[in-house]
Amino acid sequence: MLTYVSIFITAIFVNNIVLSQFLGICPFLGVSKRIDSALGMGAAVTFVMTLSTIVTYLLQTYLLMPLGLDYMQTIVFILVIAALVQLLEIIIKKIAPALYQALGVFLPLITTNCTILGVALIVIQKDMSLLEATVYAISTALGFTLALVLFAGMREQMSLSRIPKAMQGTPIALVTAGLLAMAFMGFSGIKIG
Amino acid sequence: MNKTKILLNGLIKENPTFVLLLGMCPTLGTTTSAMGGLGMGLSTLFVLICSNVVISMVKNLIPDKVRIPAYIVIIATFVTILQLCMQAYLPDLYATLGLFIPLIVVNCILLGRAEAFAAKHTPGESFFDGLGIGLGFTIALTLLGCVREFLGTGHIFGFPIYPEEYGSLIFILAPGAFIALGFLIAIIHTFKTR
Amino acid sequence: MKKKESTFWNMLWSLTLITAVAGGLLGYTNQLTEEPIARAAKASREKAIQQVIPAYDNSPIDEQLTYTVHNEYGETTATIYPAKKGGKLAGAAVECSNNTGYGGEIRIIVGFEADGTIKDFQVLKHQETPGLGAKMGDWFRTDKNKQSIIGKSPATTNFHVTKDSGDIDAITAATITSRAFLAAVRTAYAAYTESLKGGDHE
Repeated sequence: MLTYVSIFITAIFVNNIVLSQFLGICPFLGVSKRIDSALGMGAAVTFVMTLSTIVTYLLQTYLLMPLGLDYMQTIVFILVIAALVQLLEIIIKKIAPALYQALGVFLPLITTNCTILGVALIVIQKDMSLLEATVYAISTALGFTLALVLFAGMREQMSLSRIPKAMQGTPIALVTAGLLAMAFMGFSGIKIG
Repeated sequence: MNKTKILLNGLIKENPTFVLLLGMCPTLGTTTSAMGGLGMGLSTLFVLICSNVVISMVKNLIPDKVRIPAYIVIIATFVTILQLCMQAYLPDLYATLGLFIPLIVVNCILLGRAEAFAAKHTPGESFFDGLGIGLGFTIALTLLGCVREFLGTGHIFGFPIYPEEYGSLIFILAPGAFIALGFLIAIIHTFKTR
Repeated sequence: MKKKESTFWNMLWSLTLITAVAGGLLGYTNQLTEEPIARAAKASREKAIQQVIPAYDNSPIDEQLTYTVHNEYGETTATIYPAKKGGKLAGAAVECSNNTGYGGEIRIIVGFEADGTIKDFQVLKHQETPGLGAKMGDWFRTDKNKQSIIGKSPATTNFHVTKDSGDIDAITAATITSRAFLAAVRTAYAAYTESLKGGDHE
C-alpha cells in the first residue's frame, strides 16, 4: 500500500511531469489562460492517460514482448493513443453530451500531448506492474492538472498587471513557470516508505 | 518557390522555437548542456527532413480523412529507425537524450510541417523546408544549451570558461530552463521589433 | 496525379499499405542494427570493467556469475565479472543497482581487489538531478575530506554517510543520492564476499 501512496505523492509533487520532467509543455503554455479551460484540459488528460496507459501496457506485455516486436513500440503506442482518443470522442458524444460539451474541444489536442506517450513509455521503462502503472498514470495526470490550474490562476492575475514590452506574452509566462517550478522544488526530498 | 527563401524562412522568420513556440518539451528537457541541445536538434532535423520528403511524395495517395494517422505512422517509422541506429552507433548520446527520442513522434513541429508545408509542396521544396526548420530548431536548442551550461557550470560544450563553483546551479535545474528560455525569447523579440 | 477520394476502400488500402511498408522497413532496420546494438552494449560493459578492475588475462564477461543479495532494500541481483591473472583471482567487477535514489534506480559497477579494497567504480545509469546527485561519479573519487571511496574497503570502513554515523561524506545537498549510492556499493561488496565463499549462484 505504501508503495502506491509513494508513487502518488512523488508523481504529483516531487517529480511533477510538467515542472520537473518537461513533458506536456505545449498545453501547459497553450491552454492556461483561464482556470476553467485548464480544469477541462486536466480532466480530459486524466481520462485519456489512465485508459491509454492500461491499454498500451497490456499490448506491450501480451503482444509485443512475446512476439519480439519491441521495435514496433513507438508506432503501436502512438496509433493506439490516436485511435483511443477518436473512440472516446465518439463514445462521449453519444452517451454523455454534457461531458462532451465540457471536454470535447480538448480531446483532439491530446494525441500530440507528449505526456500521454511519455507516461506509456515510462511505465514500461521502469518495469512497473499493471496496478503501479495505473496509479502512476492517474497521479501523473493529477499533477499535470494541478500545474495547469495553478499556472492559469497566475496568468489570470498577470493579465491585470503592467509588464515591460519585451517581456509581454510568452517570455513572462515562461519566467512565471520557472518560478512555479522553483516552488515545486521545495517538495524535493520528500520520501514516503 | 525559391529554395533559399524556404530555407531562411525556417531559420529566421518561422523559427520553430523562438517564433512559433513549437516543440517546447525537448527544448526545455534536453538543453542542460550544449551537447544535449545539439544532439536533440540534429535528431529532430533528420526525422523532419525524411518525413517531409516522404509525405510530400505520397500525399496524393492518402485520402484526406486518414491523412493524420498516415502522417503519424510515417513519422513514427523514421523515429524508430533513428532510435535503433542511435542505440547501435551512438549509445552515449542515446543514453543522455533518453525518453525524448521516441517522443519526437509527438513533437508538434513534425506534424505541423507535414500539414502546413509537405502536404502542399513538391519533395524538393519540402526537403529545404525540413532543412530550414530543422536547422532553426537545432540552432535554438544549441544556443539555449550553451546559455544554460555556461551560467550553470561555467562550461560550454564541456570546455571550462570560468570555475564551476561560481556557476548558479539553478540554470541546470528545471526552473532555470523556463527562465533562460523566457529571457532569450524576450531578447530576440526586442531585436526583431527594432 | 489526382488526389484520392476519401472512400472507405481507399482509406483502408492506403493505411494498410503505409503500415505494411513501415512494418517491413522497421523489421529490416531492426535486423541490421540488432547485432551492432548488442556489440555496443558489450563494448561499453567491457570498457567499464577494464576501467575498474586490476589487470587480468581472462574474459570476465564470459565468466560472469549472478548472485542475489538480501538486505534492507529487499532482493537485489548482482552480476560479478571475475578478473583472473594466471588462473588466480585478482579481483572482480560487480554490477548492481539500488532503487532508492532521488530519481529512482542508480546502477553502478564497482571494481574490487582480491582483498575487497575498492579499486575504482563507475555509474552506469541514473536519473539524479544534474549538478547535484549527478555529480556522484566525481564526488566519490575526489580525495578531499572523507569523500573518496577509492582505496577503502567496506570491510574496514563504514559505508554510510557521516550524517548516518558512517565514514563517507555525502554529496552536498544530495544526501538521498549519496545514501542510495553507498547502499549499492554495500550490496556489491556483499555479492563479492559471497562469491569468494563460493556460495550459491544462479
